[in-house]
Amino acid sequence: MQEFLASLVSVAFHGLAYGMILYVISVGLSVTMGLMGFVNLAHGVFAMAGGYVMLSAMNSFGVPFPLALAAAFIAVALASMVLERLLYARLYTAGELEQVLFTIGLIFMSVAVARLAYGPLPQPVHLPEYLKGQLHFLGRDFPAYRVFLIVFSVSIVGLLWFGVERTRWGAMVRAAVDFRAMAQAVGINTSRLFALTFALGSGLAALGGALGADIIAIQPTYPFEHLVYFLIVVAVGGLGSLRGPFVAALLIGVADTACKYWVPEFGAFFIFFATIAVLLWRPEGLFGKEAA
Amino acid sequence: MTHAGGYVADSRIRAIEWLPWVLAVICFFAAPTYVPLGSYVLTMIIFALSLDLILGYGGIITLGHSAYFGAGAYAAGIFAARVTGEPLLGLLVGTLAAGLLGLITGLIILRTRGLALLMLTLAITSLCLEVANKATDWTGGADGLGGFKVQPILGLFKFDFLGKTAYLYCLVVLFLCWWLVRRLVYSPFGASLTGVRENNVRMHAVGAPVYQRLVISYTISAAMAGLGGALLTQTTQFVGLKVLGFELSGELMVMLILGGVGRIYGAFVGPLAYLVAQDYLAKQFPEYWYFGIGAMLVLVVMFARGGILGIIDALIARVRSRPS
Repeated sequence: MQEFLASLVSVAFHGLAYGMILYVISVGLSVTMGLMGFVNLAHGVFAMAGGYVMLSAMNSFGVPFPLALAAAFIAVALASMVLERLLYARLYTAGELEQVLFTIGLIFMSVAVARLAYGPLPQPVHLPEYLKGQLHFLGRDFPAYRVFLIVFSVSIVGLLWFGVERTRWGAMVRAAVDFRAMAQAVGINTSRLFALTFALGSGLAALGGALGADIIAIQPTYPFEHLVYFLIVVAVGGLGSLRGPFVAALLIGVADTACKYWVPEFGAFFIFFATIAVLLWRPEGLFGKEAA
Repeated sequence: MTHAGGYVADSRIRAIEWLPWVLAVICFFAAPTYVPLGSYVLTMIIFALSLDLILGYGGIITLGHSAYFGAGAYAAGIFAARVTGEPLLGLLVGTLAAGLLGLITGLIILRTRGLALLMLTLAITSLCLEVANKATDWTGGADGLGGFKVQPILGLFKFDFLGKTAYLYCLVVLFLCWWLVRRLVYSPFGASLTGVRENNVRMHAVGAPVYQRLVISYTISAAMAGLGGALLTQTTQFVGLKVLGFELSGELMVMLILGGVGRIYGAFVGPLAYLVAQDYLAKQFPEYWYFGIGAMLVLVVMFARGGILGIIDALIARVRSRPS
């Protein structure tokens, strides 16, 4: 019993850390899909790019961890803004098929660039000394880095929710998600809003990729391999919402960790079955808007 | 996107439509070293045709068509390893297995549309991949399934080292698939599919059985993909997890887009151009190759939405419209 309890706590803890990372990466995807109706399969590319920026800043230039993290966010956000203006913006009115193909093309290109620049192997992660080791807590040991991860992600999520629920920018985003034409009619510059929101979402993905480099290895096939999970978070959670993907990410994080811990022979079955079941029950996702 | 193709009253075979078959036979005699590559190209054309039927004509956007290709490949492989190496029976088993999977999954997922549908196709492929990966007793898991013997076709034609039998075998199967797809596309059934693609709501309004049409076309397409998979298994005598991967679905989409979506011969031109280019470039510059196909995809979406055939059409139209 004691042992079972210990493993329960451990699964919940690691699942929580994984789920938070999934959420930080995917929330931008939910917003871009909900706001712009854009099927951006290349979202994982931003997460991978964030991971690479942080790791090469730390490993090659000896930049301290917090600065490298900030660099990942800023670099990827800026780069994504350029991409959005040059390429994505042209396809907002195009069909789903074009968007899917275009973003698959981006994935192929980024995989090739990553492999050319860094080789096919996962990048080594050297955590700073103060985040290594264990924290004692309620008579148990928890890896310090995961604790930091959870706390940091929670504060980011808090900030994000505050931004969306309480600021003028958030009100504009919510208005545009609900009814874009009306938002434009009352004078909201939606294309600038799109660019900013896209950059923020990509920056968050970069932050998630960088933070999670220890959990989800940074390697060239990253955008392909983890795409399913990011999409599941968004599709199960519901487009354009912040709460939905949060619940979905935590569920997936904990369920996936639990399955791999207790029934490794079933692997990821549960996740896919659950996804299929949820989407059949509610095609618009758990917290999505009812289809008009 | 404006797709070419659709309901054409005159469904007679035009002279130029014999060209691919003539070329295929010429290739067989003129370039014997390329015959193994040729078999693979023919197999992928079958696979691309099956995708074209639902994506190009039916407008179902799927990221998981490799599920059916893989199901056919594994069914044929397991059948050959456990029951008999008779190739035609193996093809039948592969086709039926994939068709059944297509029917069951189609019945379920085609109730949804848009992102949910996209996700469901992806989830089903991931599920199939996970099954193949874990059921090592049957599929060999990550090592793949090999070591089975495929008997001569009809007891007469042995699979040879040069791949000549395999090439002709694939060519005959492709011909049958082409005939079927062509009949389907030019039939009222095909016209109603195009209608669903162009305007789903209006098709409901005129009382067309949209869901039923989609499920039927999805099942046929899945069965044909499975046939392609079974062919690949028999001609290479091996099945690996790659046949179920998302990357194969992606690559297939690239091939079809390159050739031209929503037109039968797009599915011919695309795999040929893609795989021949891959044969030349991919071994020498694998990274640049991946970058190249990515860039090509982006360019096609931005500038040439009809693919190679669309470009040719536009050129012909320009030449014809020029006052002489």
